[in-house]
Amino acid sequence: MKVKVIVTLKNGVLDPQGKAIQQTLNGMAFDNVSEVRQGKYFNIEVNESDEGRAKSQVEEMCKKLLANLVIEDYKIL
Amino acid sequence: MKSSVIIFPGSNCDRDMDVALKKFGFDNQMVWHNDVKIPKSDLIVLPGGFSYGDYLRCGSIAGKSRIIKSVIDFANSGGLVLGICNGFQILTETGLLPGILQQNKYLNFICKNVFIKIKNKENKYFKKIKKEVLELHIAHNEGNYFCSKDELKSIEDNGQIAVTYCDHKGNDDEKNNPNGALKNIAGIFNKDKNILGMMPHPERMIDPFLSGEDGSLFFKNLIESL
Repeated sequence: MKVKVIVTLKNGVLDPQGKAIQQTLNGMAFDNVSEVRQGKYFNIEVNESDEGRAKSQVEEMCKKLLANLVIEDYKIL
Repeated sequence: MKSSVIIFPGSNCDRDMDVALKKFGFDNQMVWHNDVKIPKSDLIVLPGGFSYGDYLRCGSIAGKSRIIKSVIDFANSGGLVLGICNGFQILTETGLLPGILQQNKYLNFICKNVFIKIKNKENKYFKKIKKEVLELHIAHNEGNYFCSKDELKSIEDNGQIAVTYCDHKGNDDEKNNPNGALKNIAGIFNKDKNILGMMPHPERMIDPFLSGEDGSLFFKNLIESL
């Protein structure tokens, strides 16, 4: 089954790319954009039919590789 | 003294490091990332570059490579492990050093000479260096050191800050911070001070005709201290 994961920077961690995107959007007349935070999206195909088992494996993957928990949070969708 | 330089796909400072180590008397060998064992060594170096194309996060894939378990075992048994630039990023990704190197604050790749202040000489890496400030070269996109407040307190309390960015007089204030690194941190140790990760490249400063010689002081001290 497919498991989807989003990795984002934790609140309070500086995101210079998000900031640059926000400023560009403001410059393109999207004046009402007050913040952009950039993240990563993973689409993982796990050869496992049990949803609970697949998601708990992906959780391990997030902790060990996909996210660096010093600065990032992950969400399994 | 025997040293080993690990080569990852995308490493590009491995040969400079080899030249530097040999120039100052190390019997150096190159070790491929897909090997399992590291030959007997007094020092292991993780060189600069862009291991695995900086995919996912800088150093993250190298931090899970085949050879890395041997590096971690060597470090945990007290062996000297030095990570320069990408090597520093790899050391944080393995958890051997605390924190992480984020993208530079102003999103620019920085390639220039900088001054760094030695903050702790009670270790084999800086013990016999008489100078307090060294001029070295940096070349990186992700050198913005970050860690949690608790972690920062702990590394400060344990004297783990090795070097900070400063001016030629040693003022390590925000004005002399090239990349946004917390507290101007350019390099840190683990608690036992046998592991050092730093962004500046001493191997690029070993010849007065090419660059400068402050890197020579680093390697001379290293071979004398071992």
